[in-house]
Amino acid sequence: MSGVPSGAAAPARPEAATRPVQPEERLAAALARLILDPAAPPARHIAVGAASPIPAAACWLVKLSGNPVRLSLLHKRSGNPFTEGSRELFDLTGQGRIDLFFLGGGQIDGQANLNLVGTGEWPGTAVRFPGSFGSAFMYMMTPRTILFREEHSPRVLVERVDNVSAPGVSPPGVFRRGTAQALVTGRCVFRFDAARARFVLESLHPGETVAGVREATGFGFDAPDAVPATPDPTPAELALLRGPVRDEMLETYPEFCARVFGPVTTEGVAA
Amino acid sequence: MQVPTPDDLARLVPDGALLALPPDNSLPSLALVRALVRRGARGLRLLGVPVSGLASDILIGAGCVAEIQTSAVSLGEAGFAPRFTAALKAGTIRVRDATCPAIHTMLQAAEKGVPFMPLRGIIGSDILANRPDWLVIDNPFAAADAGGGGGGGDPIVLLPALQPDVAAFHAAMADEAGNVWVGRRRELATIAHASRRVLVTVERVVPGNMLEDERLAAGTISATYVEAVALAERGAAPIALLDEYGADPAAVAEYARMARTEEGFRAWCERHVYGDALKVAAE
Repeated sequence: MSGVPSGAAAPARPEAATRPVQPEERLAAALARLILDPAAPPARHIAVGAASPIPAAACWLVKLSGNPVRLSLLHKRSGNPFTEGSRELFDLTGQGRIDLFFLGGGQIDGQANLNLVGTGEWPGTAVRFPGSFGSAFMYMMTPRTILFREEHSPRVLVERVDNVSAPGVSPPGVFRRGTAQALVTGRCVFRFDAARARFVLESLHPGETVAGVREATGFGFDAPDAVPATPDPTPAELALLRGPVRDEMLETYPEFCARVFGPVTTEGVAA
Repeated sequence: MQVPTPDDLARLVPDGALLALPPDNSLPSLALVRALVRRGARGLRLLGVPVSGLASDILIGAGCVAEIQTSAVSLGEAGFAPRFTAALKAGTIRVRDATCPAIHTMLQAAEKGVPFMPLRGIIGSDILANRPDWLVIDNPFAAADAGGGGGGGDPIVLLPALQPDVAAFHAAMADEAGNVWVGRRRELATIAHASRRVLVTVERVVPGNMLEDERLAAGTISATYVEAVALAERGAAPIALLDEYGADPAAVAEYARMARTEEGFRAWCERHVYGDALKVAAE
């Protein structure tokens, strides 16, 4: 896991030899690298919310690579980690015992503000999204949050969100443990510089250019002169994703596993 | 003893009641929701604990709801909740957005019988700006130099206690003593403790008293809190019930598809709400 990622897709399993790296696999590997970033606060306990197969895959990749991390998957039906109901997640987080969480948003702006409520006037008179869930609490009480949204377009990544479900930065004196570490999209990886409340382009996925990303992004961001490519998963990571990670995720995300990790051969799942 | 039906329970929910409902991953009673639609309930104020799903969307579509307080409304993998979205657009329901831990905290205050409880976070969110009933005070216990901003401010949100008139959910089983068993979904215990009345549908009624069984007691809600229990086999379906049965994603997707329009929603109700009643009446 800590090795230098290989640029080549060299599947470890013979039956996967012809299957190219899937974009979701690359995103999972990119998220896993962010989780393990030695410069960030340690991720000993990670919580993953509902409908988040790629963040979940990233967490399993980290864990099954041998890193000591506790994963609490909120919507795991069997063996759910919480025995006091979903409030236990928030109580743990309130104490600072959840180190890392993932959030997304219908709109995300250049200051890492999140809008999960809707566009137009409050509470979403133009386009209503489902709602803020626990974001207004989790974003402020977790030492770091990785923002993840596959759609990278000017309608999602906006200059200023219409409504703030959860603020990216807070004034001095307001208690908060952390904010966004990074924003990972279907086009690139941004780091978030909290002191300047500004995103910095870190890597581009295959086929993307800085100009193309600027075109697709509603907010201004910084970019170094040379922006590296987002690395492909290493052969070892790919083998983990398509094997043990897939096995862990099958119960919760059967469709995702079949689509991304290839034909399912496990007995009884093909239907 | 004649065990009540979901329709009997529906008559115990007055129009205008503040009705607490769990989300789709925590034992919603779709059986009671269908009965409320058949009863023609009106003016309900729904509380999603802490979010809302299929049950709330059906009640909204059927015109049973005046207001919803929740942290999100969603059909999960099946997408946005169509009748909620339509009602919000049409202005036929009042929507009071919250955030998950705030709803848990307001219920915990009611559970303790105290007027409010504090909660971290939220400051800077427009949720707070749209909740005049939520206050911000300076932490009275903060050291003078706490908070990093000087002046010892340390602002923190205070949330009022919230006591639902009625809580309704589906449990795996009840016993002869009137206790109900929800396994690890203990947020249902918080809802039950906080609410004035608790109505529960169950898969089955078992003999004895579960509180006398050490292995069952921790997942049991005492009859102290439970007003009435009705028998409803597969009463959570098409939502999952613990390890007893899984969700039926095709059925939820069918709802999501049909409920995109008012006409489609009515057709769905004819099939899945009133169809039930006809079947029951014929039995």
